[in-house]
Amino acid sequence: LKPTLCLRGSGYVGFANLPNQVYRKSVKRGFEFTLMVVGESGLGKSTLINSLFLTDLYSKDYPGPSLRIKKTVQVEQSKVLVKEGGVQLTLTIVDTPGFGDAVDNSNCWQPVINYIDSKCEDFLNAESRVNRRLMPDNRVHCCLYFIAPSGHGLKPLDIEFMKRLHDKVNVIPLIAKADTLTPEECQLFKKQIMKEIQEHKIQIYEFPDIEDDEDSKLIRKIKERMPLAVVGSNVVIEVNGRKVRGRQYPWGVAEVENGEHCDFTVLRNMLIRTHMQDLKDVTNNVHYENYRSRKLAAVTCNGGVDTSKTKNQMTRSPLAQMEEERREHVMKMKKMETEMEQVFEMKVKEKKQKLKDSEAELERRHEQMKKNLEAQYKELEEKKRHHEEEKSNWEAQQRILEQQKLDASKTMEKNKKKGKIF
Amino acid sequence: GLDCAVCKYGEGARAVPLAGHVGFDSMPDQLVNKSVNHGFCFNILCVGETGLGKSTLMDTLFNTKFEGEPTQHNQPGVQLKSNTYELQESNVRLKLTVVNTVGFGDQINKEDSYKSIVEFIDTQFEAYLQEELKIKRTLHSYHDTRIHACLYFIAPTGHSLKSLDLVTMKKLDSKVNIIPIIAKSDAISKSELTKFKIKITSELVSNGVQIYQFPTDDETVAEINSTMNGHLPFAVVGSTEEVKIGNKMVKARQYPWGTVQVENENHCDFVKLREMLIRVNMEDLREQTHTRHYELYRRCKLEEMGFKDTDPDCKPFSLQETYEAKRNEFMGDLQKKEEEMRQMFVQRVKEKEAELKEAEKELHEKFDRLKKLHQDEKKKLEDKKKSLDDELNGFKQKKTAAELLQSQAQQAGGSTTLKRDKERKK
Repeated sequence: LKPTLCLRGSGYVGFANLPNQVYRKSVKRGFEFTLMVVGESGLGKSTLINSLFLTDLYSKDYPGPSLRIKKTVQVEQSKVLVKEGGVQLTLTIVDTPGFGDAVDNSNCWQPVINYIDSKCEDFLNAESRVNRRLMPDNRVHCCLYFIAPSGHGLKPLDIEFMKRLHDKVNVIPLIAKADTLTPEECQLFKKQIMKEIQEHKIQIYEFPDIEDDEDSKLIRKIKERMPLAVVGSNVVIEVNGRKVRGRQYPWGVAEVENGEHCDFTVLRNMLIRTHMQDLKDVTNNVHYENYRSRKLAAVTCNGGVDTSKTKNQMTRSPLAQMEEERREHVMKMKKMETEMEQVFEMKVKEKKQKLKDSEAELERRHEQMKKNLEAQYKELEEKKRHHEEEKSNWEAQQRILEQQKLDASKTMEKNKKKGKIF
Repeated sequence: GLDCAVCKYGEGARAVPLAGHVGFDSMPDQLVNKSVNHGFCFNILCVGETGLGKSTLMDTLFNTKFEGEPTQHNQPGVQLKSNTYELQESNVRLKLTVVNTVGFGDQINKEDSYKSIVEFIDTQFEAYLQEELKIKRTLHSYHDTRIHACLYFIAPTGHSLKSLDLVTMKKLDSKVNIIPIIAKSDAISKSELTKFKIKITSELVSNGVQIYQFPTDDETVAEINSTMNGHLPFAVVGSTEEVKIGNKMVKARQYPWGTVQVENENHCDFVKLREMLIRVNMEDLREQTHTRHYELYRRCKLEEMGFKDTDPDCKPFSLQETYEAKRNEFMGDLQKKEEEMRQMFVQRVKEKEAELKEAEKELHEKFDRLKKLHQDEKKKLEDKKKSLDDELNGFKQKKTAAELLQSQAQQAGGSTTLKRDKERKK
C-alpha cells in the first residue's frame, strides 16, 4: 500500500460541496428513530415523550399504555411520522407497560431484552438476504430509563435492569418527576446514582465530544449534570406573559423548559438536536455489531468457545473461512497422497529388489551347477582321452608283440625247418 | 406542520402535528457533521488508450499534479495502477483513489483487454463482501476501494466508437458507473463534434450499453442533471499549463491559431464534467455503486455459492444456517474425496502385488525349467560316465587277459627264448 499524498489543490475543484450532496440526499430519504422508555408506571413517561416531541403521541384515539391495566410486562410500539423544516422523521416510541409494577419483578427485563434482540435479528436477517432491499432500521436507538425520585439511591431493580441492558442498547438514565426534589436533594441524589452506576460498572450512554470547542465545553458541563432530572407536562400555562409547558402548583409553576427547574432542555437538546445521529451510529456500530458477532459466532465457531482457532475465524468471513478450510484440506490431501506414494514406491522397490536378489541367487546356483557339470564333463573327456590314448598305445603295443610273435614263430618255423630247434 | 406525505420509511406510521419546534430538523446537519469528521472517499477508474490524456485530465480536474511516470506502449497486457491521495478543499477531506489502465489498446489482439479491468473491479467488490461477511467486522472504518466512477476515454477520431470501446463498455456497464468522455477534443471541430456525439450516443443505445445517467429524482438537481445528460458524452480538454488571457491566468492549450481555454464552456465540456462528476453527483455515484452495482455482484456471488432466500412465508432466511448446511455438505465432499483417494491407493497396491506375484511365479518356473535341464544333463553325464567306466573295465579285463596270455606265452617261449639267448651267448 503506497503512502497517501497530502495535496492541497490550488483553485476550485468542487468536492467541498459533498456535505451539501449528503444533506440533500438525507432529506430526500428521511430519517427514522426508535426510542424506548422504561420505568414503573406513574413516572410520567408518556408525558415526557409528549413534551419532548411537542405532540400528543397518546391521545383519545391512541391511548397510552398508562391508561390500560397490565398484568405482565408488555412491549408496545407506536409509530408516528413528524415533519419539521422540510425534514421528515419516522419516530417509533417503544413503551414497556407493567415494568416494575408487579409484586415479583424477577425477569421483568426479559421482554425488553427480547424486543431489542428481535429487532436486531430482523435487521440481521434483512442484511443477510441474497436479495436485499432497502432495510428499515427498527432497532432501538435509545432507551430512557426512568428512576423514581426517591432521593436515596438506585433500587435493586434499577441496577439489575441497567446492568443487563447497557451492552445491548444506549441507556440514558433519567430522574423522573424531578419537581418533587429540591435542587440540593437532586444534587445529592445524582451524585449517589452516579456513584452506584460506577460501582456496578454500568455503561450508560456517553455523550461524545464534538470537534467544536465551544460545544465541547457545553458537553462537559452537561456531563456534570448526569443523570438528567426531568419534568414533563402536557399542559401549557401562562407565566409572566409567556406560554410555557409546566406543572401548576399553588406555590408556583415548575417550568419544563426552564434550565433552573430541571434538565429537560438539556435532555431534549442532546437527544434530539445534537446526538440523535450519534445514538443511531453507536447502536449500529457497537450494539448491533456485538449482537451480530455473538449470534454468528454461536453458529459457526463451536458455540462461541474461545480458542485460538475461533479467534482466527472471527476475523474472517464465513466464505473466506470455507475457502481456507478447503485449501487446508487440499494441502492435507496432497501431503497424504505424497506420503502414500512414497510408501508405495518404497514397498515396490523392496519387493522388486527381493525378487532380483532371488533371481540372482538362483542364477548363481545354476551357474555353479553348470560349471560343476562342465568340470565333470571335462574330467570325463580327459579320462576318456587318456584311456583312448592308453588303449591305442596298448593296442599298438599288442600289435607289435603280435608281430613279434608272428615273426618269432616264423623264424622258429624257419629254424625248425633248418633243424635248429630241438 | 402537518404533512401526510409518505416517505419510504413512513409505512405504517401516522402523521402527527407538532406543537412547536422540536429540533430534529438538525438531523441532516448532524449527519453531515459526522460525514465531514469521518472524511469522504471516492475512487475513479480511467479507461482509455495510452496517450488520450487520462493523467492530464485528472490533474486538471483536481487542480493538482498527481504522481506518475509517463506510460510506455509495450506492456504485455492491460495493467491497472492505483494511487490514493488525501485532498482537502475548505474543511472537507477527500480520500481520492485514481486507477489508471496501463497499456489498454496497445496490444495487437485486444480480445482480452477488458478482462483485467473487470477483474480489478470485482476484486474490490469481493474485498468489501468479505469484510461484510466477517463475524467481527469494522465496516464503518473500512477503506472502501470500490470504483465509484469509470471515465471512459474515447479517441477523438470524429467518426464513431471503436469496437474495443463497445466491447469494453458492454462488459463494464453492469459493474460500474460509466461516464464516457471524448478525450483531447480540441482536435475536433464544433460541427464534427455534434455529429460525433450523436453517433456515439446512438451506437451506445443500439448496443445496449448502459451509461451512468445523472439522477433526476431530486427536484433540487433534477433540472441541471437532466440538461447535462443531454450533453453526454462530454468533450474534454485537459491542461495544467496556464496562459494569460486578459489579466487572468487560465488553464489552456496554446496553438498558433488560438488558445483553447479548458474552463471556457464554449471551448469544451470540461466544466460540465467537473460539475457533474464532482460538485453535484459525487455522492450519488458512490451511492449507486453501493446499492446497485455492489448488490448485483453480491447477489451473483452468493447465488453462485448456492445461497438463496427462502419463501417470505417461511422462517426468515438465515445466512448462517445456510452457511452451516453448505459447510457440512462441503466437508462431506472433502471426506468423500479423501476416501476415494485411499481406495485408489488400496487398489493400486493390490494390482502391484498381483503383478509382482506373477513375476515371482515366472521366475520360479524359469528356474524349475533350468533345474530340469540340469537334471537331464546330469543324467546324460552319468550315463556317459557309466559307459566309460564300462569300457575302462572291459579294457582292463582285456588287458589283464592279454597280459596273462602273454606272460604264459612268455613263460613257455620265454624259456625257449632264454635258451636261445643262452645259446647265443655260448
